[in-house]
Amino acid sequence: MASGGVILRIAIRPAAATPETMREAVRNAIGEATVKKGRVQLDLPPIVENGNSVPCTVSVESPMTAADHVKAIHIFNEKNPQPNVISIKLNPRAGRAAFSTRIRLADSQTVTAIAEMSDGSCWSDDIDVIVTLAACIEEVKP
Amino acid sequence: MARALIHVPPSAKRGDVIEIKTLISHVMETGYRIGVTGAPIPRDIIDDFVCTYNGEEVFRAKLYPAIAANPFISFFTVATESGTLAFSWTDQHGATQVQTAAITVV
Repeated sequence: MASGGVILRIAIRPAAATPETMREAVRNAIGEATVKKGRVQLDLPPIVENGNSVPCTVSVESPMTAADHVKAIHIFNEKNPQPNVISIKLNPRAGRAAFSTRIRLADSQTVTAIAEMSDGSCWSDDIDVIVTLAACIEEVKP
Repeated sequence: MARALIHVPPSAKRGDVIEIKTLISHVMETGYRIGVTGAPIPRDIIDDFVCTYNGEEVFRAKLYPAIAANPFISFFTVATESGTLAFSWTDQHGATQVQTAAITVV
């Protein structure tokens, strides 16, 4: 007879990022610079039906000259398994400090975009999004 | 590696800011999903994207698993001279796919 013991089911759930791990990721990306609000515009739909693919646009006010341009833009989130979403590097050749992509969101949360300027200052914008169908958690169909 | 779609305006005026759109087919498996056997599906993502204009880097992105499958990225650059834009995607195993597009600047 087969063993009639207790079957242990161990659910492996990824540890979600938290506002603390997000702050740590921000520090890793931009160092100790103070982040001010403004100059950055993060566009995300406020209500997301499908967290697997969320259109996302960041634009930063900047003349994009050699003396004054955006060096990098980072996007962070609070509740996905990892706090980083994307980090881009720009130089004056970009002409316009803006980009678009599609991201995954595992839960309703705050998404933050931070821009690093050539003078070392950092600017940010954040948006609260409500996600009805979360990414990352769906099972794979046989 | 995969199929990539690139949209670059075929011609532009010198000094114009042009929009470039790129999309590559890739699962961008996060490593956090559980497969049918109950084991986690291993992570498989593209983590680096670079665009060069006649050899000079104009845009670079580091991607994380939070980028949706079939990564779409659009960005801008200044049309400085006729030549070639090269796009390269590198996955976590180091495999690189390069695709180019020509632009005529008048």
